Amino acid sequence: MEITDLRALREASEVQALENRLGISRRDFLGLCAALATTMGLPAGAEAAIVKAVAAKQRPSVIWLHFQECTGCTESLLRAEHPTLEKLILDIISLDYHETLFAAAGHQAEAARKAAMKQHKGQYVLVVEGAIPTKDGGIYCKVGGQTAVNMLKECAKDAAAVIAIGSCASWGGMPATGPNPTGSSSVAEVLGKTVVTIPGCPPNPYNFLATVVHFLTFGKLPEVDQLGRPKFAYSRLIHENCERRPHFDAGRFALEFGDSGHRAGWCLYKLGCKGPETYANCPTIGFGDAGEGNWPVGCGHPCIGCTEKGVGFTKPIHALAELKSVTPPLGFPGVHESKGNRFDFTSAAALAAIAGAAAAGTAKLAQNLGKGTPVETGSHKDSGASS
Amino acid sequence: MSTTRRQFLQGAVASGAALSLGTAPAVQARPNLTLPPKAVGLLYDSTLCIGCKACVSACKESNNLPPEFSTAENLWDTPQDLSGRTKNIIKAYKEGNATQKDREVDGHAFIKHSCLHCVDPSCVSACPVSAMKKDPVTGIVTYDEKDCIGCRYCVVACPFGIPRFEYDKAFPKIVKCELCNHLKPGDKFKYSACAQVCPTGATLYGPVDQLMQEAKRRVALKPGSITRIERGRVGSGDIYEAKLTAQYLPRVYGDRELGGTQVLKISAVPMEKLGMPELPERSFASVSETLQHDLYGWLALPAVVLGGLVIAAKRTARPDDENEA
Amino acid sequence: MSSHAEKPAPLGGPLVTPLTVTLAGLAGIAAVILLIRFIFGIGSVTNINDGYSWGIWVVYDVMAGSAFACGGYAIALLVYIFNKGEYHPLVRPALLGSLFGYTLAGASVIFDLGRYWNTWHIFFPPWAQVNSVMFEVAVCITLYIGVMWIEFSPAFLERLGRSDLKKKLSNWMFVFIGLGVLLPSMHQSSLGSLLIVFGTQINPLWQTMMLPLIFLMTAITVGYAVVILESCLSASGFKRPFEADLISRLSLVMWWFLVIYLVMRTVDLAWRGAWAEAFEPNVMATSFWIEMAGFILPVILLASPAARRRPDRLLISAVALIVGTLMLRLNGFLIGYQTGAGWHYFPSLPELLVTIGIIAAEILGYIVLVRWLPILPKVEPVKIAR
Repeated sequence: MEITDLRALREASEVQALENRLGISRRDFLGLCAALATTMGLPAGAEAAIVKAVAAKQRPSVIWLHFQECTGCTESLLRAEHPTLEKLILDIISLDYHETLFAAAGHQAEAARKAAMKQHKGQYVLVVEGAIPTKDGGIYCKVGGQTAVNMLKECAKDAAAVIAIGSCASWGGMPATGPNPTGSSSVAEVLGKTVVTIPGCPPNPYNFLATVVHFLTFGKLPEVDQLGRPKFAYSRLIHENCERRPHFDAGRFALEFGDSGHRAGWCLYKLGCKGPETYANCPTIGFGDAGEGNWPVGCGHPCIGCTEKGVGFTKPIHALAELKSVTPPLGFPGVHESKGNRFDFTSAAALAAIAGAAAAGTAKLAQNLGKGTPVETGSHKDSGASS
Repeated sequence: MSTTRRQFLQGAVASGAALSLGTAPAVQARPNLTLPPKAVGLLYDSTLCIGCKACVSACKESNNLPPEFSTAENLWDTPQDLSGRTKNIIKAYKEGNATQKDREVDGHAFIKHSCLHCVDPSCVSACPVSAMKKDPVTGIVTYDEKDCIGCRYCVVACPFGIPRFEYDKAFPKIVKCELCNHLKPGDKFKYSACAQVCPTGATLYGPVDQLMQEAKRRVALKPGSITRIERGRVGSGDIYEAKLTAQYLPRVYGDRELGGTQVLKISAVPMEKLGMPELPERSFASVSETLQHDLYGWLALPAVVLGGLVIAAKRTARPDDENEA
Repeated sequence: MSSHAEKPAPLGGPLVTPLTVTLAGLAGIAAVILLIRFIFGIGSVTNINDGYSWGIWVVYDVMAGSAFACGGYAIALLVYIFNKGEYHPLVRPALLGSLFGYTLAGASVIFDLGRYWNTWHIFFPPWAQVNSVMFEVAVCITLYIGVMWIEFSPAFLERLGRSDLKKKLSNWMFVFIGLGVLLPSMHQSSLGSLLIVFGTQINPLWQTMMLPLIFLMTAITVGYAVVILESCLSASGFKRPFEADLISRLSLVMWWFLVIYLVMRTVDLAWRGAWAEAFEPNVMATSFWIEMAGFILPVILLASPAARRRPDRLLISAVALIVGTLMLRLNGFLIGYQTGAGWHYFPSLPELLVTIGIIAAEILGYIVLVRWLPILPKVEPVKIAR
């Protein structure tokens, strides 16, 4: 890809055209692209590529399906606080079908979906929000008389990429919590293949947007882990980058809500924080694009592990997390640390000198005594053995 | 030889008595001391410990101890061992790639080192001035610097290496865990700070008999079983359900070591790997005191020997010393 | 009683010689280091740590130092208890060595005690803790130092011309002589008992219930060895004749003690099955053999009556025994002691200099006092024939 300096792009014609198209200032636009590049952890200069891609390329067609969900993912996208971000979300992509945002309804809406699928066959991006009920033939969730299972399979067939947004679509989420009466399943389970997942309840809009823009810029989806999560967002434990981590390392814990440790902003582990077993970038980009310090841990509530299958909606909120750090930190003393002085050169030299002098003195004295010291001889015989 | 047979025998008996007592059979062996009725202690469960050091920092706070730096930036309290500034420490056992918790091979485990409050403590037996005492009710081994002469016999005698000394002070003292027995009503900590703050219940405070019961219950559990773990102190009601991942070793450290300790430890990694020594059941204090009291028979014997020696000396000293001047 | 004739008399001679000045200098260096110790703490000059909280200040200055000061005790045992009056000329010089050794051992305890201002607690209830071996050692050593000063006081009283006081004291001297034998027997054996409570921290080569006897017997034998050494040194240093008859007979007593000691030690190690430890490829085993060599060598060197009359052999035997006794105490308290893996100790130079300073002060005091007080038997100085 061609990477150019971001500042050089400021006056580029396509960026100026974008100003009109999106109704945002060029400055805000460039800032957004840089933020997206940072979110994805791309190298310096990538933001320029993103700017060019977003500005020049045709907006990808997006079909957005809703199944068993609360629409929180969509809501969080819409309620992003960055200036005109919501416009951007809608204008970077061509949102051809979205049940919440559609002005159309009923058969009209369904017709639009079918038309978009036909027009952008093999080109469109399918975004799925919500889990898919599979029990009893999938009858527990229908749109326009069609079951969720059918609809998903139909839409996924000709999609260029499938993105599961939110924990429900990613791994079942809350609907799949035991006893899971509707047999809620994830997109990947229904389709029988790995899809890109953006878990979270709701996920950070940047993680979603960055994934889409990555697709837009590089023509492929970002690198994902074994659970389909983009590595740029989900490769680190929350615990690792948590702003309260120093308190954990120093052994300072809030013991109950409202105690002195809690008020002082100490580690929330004992209150059930799932940061140590949850992979997400919440500590670095915050939650719901609502600004720093406003993510759960930032405002004093333990992480509930919403992005993590088997943790969020599964473990009790105040149950202790299982630490997933692979090895103890280096700061721990070993069971047997080496302590004390093994050897001291100066005193060893002094000791050697003393020992040497003593040995030499003894030898010399023994020689002298052996030779000619006057010996007092008395009348005694060696008598110790008697008696 | 001017010595008469009688004189020689007299001397031989007198000094021989003093000499040969080391080999005399134990007249009345001093048995191990027994657990005080209301003994309190700690149960440390290495498999529950996450190495968060909450106990280390709370101990410092409760005992008003200064931080100890071992990193370049002097920013963190990072003690490397017990010391004159640290009464409680969490150490890490690491083997191989250290990735599996509570595994001996290629694993890691944590261990808490602090005073074990022996049932029959060597330090108390060793201390010449009663600065180390064992509370007759709670069994807590206490130290009072006002009594101490700083001979450090306790430091050398303790088989666990617990009492530490302030080598860098002109007016030093011994430093060791006293189970937070200095706490008064109204203090921030209500009982042993290390147990009170432990987020996982790895350190539990309570009566020793109940701790022993709990320890034995836990070591009998199989990996994968879900069990109720109490946090803080026995009877706190702060209980959570834990799914066990580690396989406990069927051993409660402290149930018989040197006649037992009031701090019990259980783990999935052998205790000797965690720096806990293998020790016999007979306490060293009882061995030492048996020998000492056998030798001296509460001073009756030295008195008898002295009598013999004085008689011998009176007979022999006269000709040489009195006429000399 | 026996045929020794010469009464003790002051040796006379100059007090300021190159040797005494050197010794005073060494003692002065130790004093400066001790000043630093008392201001900045014991860790500022020593290498002791929590793994080896007892360094050479305890193990050499007190444990070994007091054993080397057992000459007076060992000779008193022989003269007064076994009624071997012929050794009487050795009493005063031996007692002087003991007096210095013990007094300085007692003083150096103060250097090592962290809270020395509380030392008096040992002797009074409610502090005195009778189960503590340390209590017994402290009380006995303190009493013994007092007893020795009383035993030695006739020399001062003679010098001061207070024969009336000396007469009174002489009537009761036998009590102090009795105490002077009992107390070292108690605390020299107890110095060994100190190790018992260390339990398995001491290597089986040294951890035995026989420790009191082992320490007592080595204290007595090294007492004789020191008397022999002192005799050799004063023969050389003060140009006095070598007391071959006396010393050779004393060496036989020592020889028998040594033989009994070695048999006892061997049997004890075998009885406890500890001999295997002596053949481990480690520092402890090596150190054990150095120690044992110190006891075995004199037995070999002094086996025949002719050998026992050879000053050179007597000297080497005495030195070997001193080394062996020192090693026994170092082994028991330092080299054979391990409180947990990872701990190391090696004395620092200032630490060593204090110990050297104490020894220097001891020798200096001895020289000054034999020149000033009636201690050594009076003889006409003779030139050493070369």
